[in-house]
Amino acid sequence: MSNAPVDKGRRRFLTVATSVVGAAGAVGVAVPFIASWNPSEKAKNAGAPVEVNIGKAEPGQLIRVEWRGQPVWVVRRTPEMLASLEAVSDQLRDPNSEEPQQPEYAKNIHRSRKEEFFVAVGICTHLGCSPQFLDTGMGEYVEGAETGFFCPCHGSIFDIAGRVFQGVPAPYNLVVPPHYYINDNTILVGEDGEQA
Amino acid sequence: MNKLIAWFDERIPMTKTWNIHLAQYPAPKNFNFWYIFGVLATLVLVNQILTGIWLTMNYVPSAEGAFASVEFIMRDIEYGWLLRYMHSTGASAFFVVVYLHMFRGMMYGSYQKPRELLWVFGMLIFLVLMAEAFMGYLLPWGQMSYWGAQVIISLFGAIPIIGDDLTLWIRGDYVISGATLNRFFALHVIALPLVLVILVFLHIIALHEVGSNNPEGVSIKKPKGSVPDSEKPKFTFHERFTKKYDIVDAFPFFPYYIVKDLVGVAIFLFFFCYVIFFAPAMGGLFLEPPNFEAANPLKTPAHIAPVWYFTPFYAILRAVPDKLLGVILMFGAIVALFVLPWLDRGKVRSVRYRSALHKVNLTVFAISFIALGYLGLKPATEVYTMFARIFTFLYFAFFVLLWFYSKNENTKPVPERITK
Repeated sequence: MSNAPVDKGRRRFLTVATSVVGAAGAVGVAVPFIASWNPSEKAKNAGAPVEVNIGKAEPGQLIRVEWRGQPVWVVRRTPEMLASLEAVSDQLRDPNSEEPQQPEYAKNIHRSRKEEFFVAVGICTHLGCSPQFLDTGMGEYVEGAETGFFCPCHGSIFDIAGRVFQGVPAPYNLVVPPHYYINDNTILVGEDGEQA
Repeated sequence: MNKLIAWFDERIPMTKTWNIHLAQYPAPKNFNFWYIFGVLATLVLVNQILTGIWLTMNYVPSAEGAFASVEFIMRDIEYGWLLRYMHSTGASAFFVVVYLHMFRGMMYGSYQKPRELLWVFGMLIFLVLMAEAFMGYLLPWGQMSYWGAQVIISLFGAIPIIGDDLTLWIRGDYVISGATLNRFFALHVIALPLVLVILVFLHIIALHEVGSNNPEGVSIKKPKGSVPDSEKPKFTFHERFTKKYDIVDAFPFFPYYIVKDLVGVAIFLFFFCYVIFFAPAMGGLFLEPPNFEAANPLKTPAHIAPVWYFTPFYAILRAVPDKLLGVILMFGAIVALFVLPWLDRGKVRSVRYRSALHKVNLTVFAISFIALGYLGLKPATEVYTMFARIFTFLYFAFFVLLWFYSKNENTKPVPERITK
């Protein structure tokens, strides 16, 4: 055994250096454990963007597709439907879409890229039910519109741009998912695209 | 036999542990019925672990198989229904006894110095218990399992910036799915029970280090040599307790309190068995009706309410019109309990010797908690929301007021010894 005096500075340096390397190792080991909780490749694929063919949609028709396990609607709106957007504006909670429920390019009165086509996630912002599409009979609930969406769970109503009416439980407008037009007949739901 | 015990004692502290924690542990002589709930919580924990292990033998943790496997347990496994009802009733019973156990601590100042850490361990147990109950509730994969989890996990989405990514990470999918179910199963059956058992162990070790409080809030430890032998109880307490102090007004925990507790256990089992055999759903409180329908991601039940033991906190969440603030206040309600030992600046422990103001404050707190629990079960109508706001205010007012008046409280004189 050596009787050399203890070099405290050196001992301290080694202790700290060992601890730091050990801590870095612990962080490294934690990575797979934490990362394994992220959505799997399978879940991501199910959550991949979906193409919607709108070429054959009739005016006034609603097309349903599934994206990330949720129903997504594409509505081809008629001129009457578009006219009703102005008519009901003063009865809405958030007529100008101030809440971030849509991408920037859908922050307008018709809440879409093109006036004619409305894309939205069909999940009520109240407690997650899926509202019904009323292609007629909306006048029963509000003045100035014959079409819109009605949630059977708690009676929330939305106009044909997914904007929520006042005095219903849902707090926000329906969510507009990221989407863009690949061409005139096809919408890709799930990505903002180049033109965003 | 003695030789066998001696053989063990030379190799592991068997007799010593038995003596320190049971046969020679001094328990104050004036425990009342409020002191049964610690033992009952331990009993329920054993029940949960035992029935839980047996349930996993037939439960299938997958989105496709979970609901059917629970039905299978209920209908086709011999006594499967009993094992499941023991487990589901046990979950509610756990919260009943834990809430009473906590209120006991609040009444008699059992969180005050030197028992702060004991209280904090207890609160950690409560927290883990809530996580355990929440994750367990997803496993039957019924409608309320699914949508309840949806609502609770969405709460984390209220956290700014990281909220959405965090909920995605917790779910492991864009919606609640089999991935969520499987990880909750893993946490529910192994990770959290392990943590729970360790915390219970630490809770008891901390208790036995500082000693039990009692309804008078008077210490049974007197300065060494200050008590004449004639005043000392005629029992042997372990040297660990008598080395520094003279112990007065106490019994050994075993056999005296164990035997007394058995009576309480028997009474508890009457109630427990009644629920298991005659009202396992407890009118929709313990098992909610929508949960008899398999989870359906495309259809929400008309009215979502958490199980009764979460409703006080759920009512606080809903009372606040702002989502983030609501989440903060809900967690704040639990944090406030955590720091109770430092909010109460009083020196007198038991409510018996504290000011009238404190008695009123504590009573209002208890009423608010129960009222919030009731309101959390009801739909959020205007009137109910208004009441929820009032009681939320009173709930927090308890802590704020306590901090102010406890410093110079008008207390009654505390006796030297536990009154005879």
